[in-house]
Amino acid sequence: MFLEIDQLSKSFGGLQALDRVSFQVQMGAIQALIGPNGAGKTTCFNLISGVLPPSAGSIRLLGREISGLPPHQIARLGLARTFQNIQLFGGMTVLENVLVGQHIHLHGNLLATLLNLPAIRRQERRSIAYVRELLDFVGLADKESWSADSLAYGEQRRLEIARALALQPRLLLLDEPAAGMNPRETEDLMALIASIQERDITVLLIEHDMNLVMNISKSIVVFDQGRVIAQGPPRAIRQNPQVIEAYLGKEEDADDV
Amino acid sequence: MTEYFLHIAIISALHIILALSLNLIIGYCGQVSLGHAAFYGLGAYTSALAAIHWQASFFLTLPLAGVVAALFGLGLGIPTLRLRDDYLAIVTLGFGIIVDLILLNLEVTGGPDGLVRIPPPQLAGVDFRNKFMYLLLVALVVAFTLGLIYRLVHSRHGRALKAIRDHEMTARVMGINAAAYKISIFTLAAGLAGLAGALYAHYITFINPESFGLHTSILVLTMVVLGGMGSILGSVVGAGVLTILPELFRRFADYQDLAYGAMLIALLIWRPQGLLGTGKISQKFSLAKNRAKKGN
Repeated sequence: MFLEIDQLSKSFGGLQALDRVSFQVQMGAIQALIGPNGAGKTTCFNLISGVLPPSAGSIRLLGREISGLPPHQIARLGLARTFQNIQLFGGMTVLENVLVGQHIHLHGNLLATLLNLPAIRRQERRSIAYVRELLDFVGLADKESWSADSLAYGEQRRLEIARALALQPRLLLLDEPAAGMNPRETEDLMALIASIQERDITVLLIEHDMNLVMNISKSIVVFDQGRVIAQGPPRAIRQNPQVIEAYLGKEEDADDV
Repeated sequence: MTEYFLHIAIISALHIILALSLNLIIGYCGQVSLGHAAFYGLGAYTSALAAIHWQASFFLTLPLAGVVAALFGLGLGIPTLRLRDDYLAIVTLGFGIIVDLILLNLEVTGGPDGLVRIPPPQLAGVDFRNKFMYLLLVALVVAFTLGLIYRLVHSRHGRALKAIRDHEMTARVMGINAAAYKISIFTLAAGLAGLAGALYAHYITFINPESFGLHTSILVLTMVVLGGMGSILGSVVGAGVLTILPELFRRFADYQDLAYGAMLIALLIWRPQGLLGTGKISQKFSLAKNRAKKGN
């Protein structure tokens, strides 16, 4: 299995944010995590990417245990992610932001860099060419010298995706990529995610836009109050009574109001 | 009169090395250090002691001073660079005070009297007591520092540093080992300050702890902020201006610290990016951003 989450738990003091969560992701798939706000989806992403250490449980990427590793090591194993609240390097240009994503693929120690050896210069040129391709791929080619925080909202989201792709990851975590986008931007985003999959990158995404989720994911995992309450293909999830209850509440509740 | 101008030029050049190295820590890595003068002092004393006790050549004691100061930087950096910014400021402040106290109280450092009769550098019959020759020597080290920092910040390492400064956790998620970078930069900056210290000691030929205390740390910090955090040229200009201005206002020497403090506050309020900063670079330290944060 490509990614295996097993009995994963995380508590913040007395709050159980994730409670023995287990699910799997198949290689090459687009899989979605859905659920009400506060259900633990982003916490799950934070544990997988090493931003937070888990309280218990295991995360295996291609059979290798990664839970508890620092984020920079997990990145080197082929994982990249974006953030719900966009986190670009605001003091850097669009091109530089994406170049940061290439960091793990660039070599050369401090001395070689300081001497600016030809190999370093060649590598840098190759890297810039590759990054320009990525910017073209996400539709930001003409804005490479702009400062990252001067971009429009939807563009910032796409820049974050380009930066994550520059890591050349095997697994890409997208945290609410369509948040704040208008329907046209969401449409473009869907096409973008589909073409990311064509690059042999497995995509795991958190998303509230059900149209997007139902259209592009092969499989959906539903979170509620820190637990996984359902998983399966979109059609099954749509009709699952527990999922409907989590989203819409019970009928009796509705009567009380 | 020429002698006097040469003297000012030499001191400016030393300040440029100090400001550039501190700028690496503050402007490029986003970490606060309030004890930079301690590394300057460690370099000065290391080189002076080696020259006095072992009659070692300046061209050996200079790199030695850099290495010793760098080792102290490494020793301080490893445990402290995991701390949040405000704690780091306190720890580096404390370190500066401790080094100052040790220099004041050890016998080998000559206590408050310091060290005297530090030999000027000697090399193949060149007389470095000639201020012009000494200025050339210092200029060489300035050029070395400038080249090193320029290359560094315009490489993938420089991008990694700026990423750490802008968003440390995001940088780590991008595969950047933030702790290793911060420690390396702190060590490098300490080493450069150590070189400046050695150059100072063998120029003045007489040193005491007074030159390496909090006053100097704040002075260098002011140079960096005035010139612009994260701007190489800014550090050069900041160091130049704050070396020359006090000379013009000699009569008000007693009020220097007051003036630096006032200048720092005024800059952070009205021009946080400094004279030559690009504006976005010092958001981390600007009041406006903190206000925005609270608004969220």
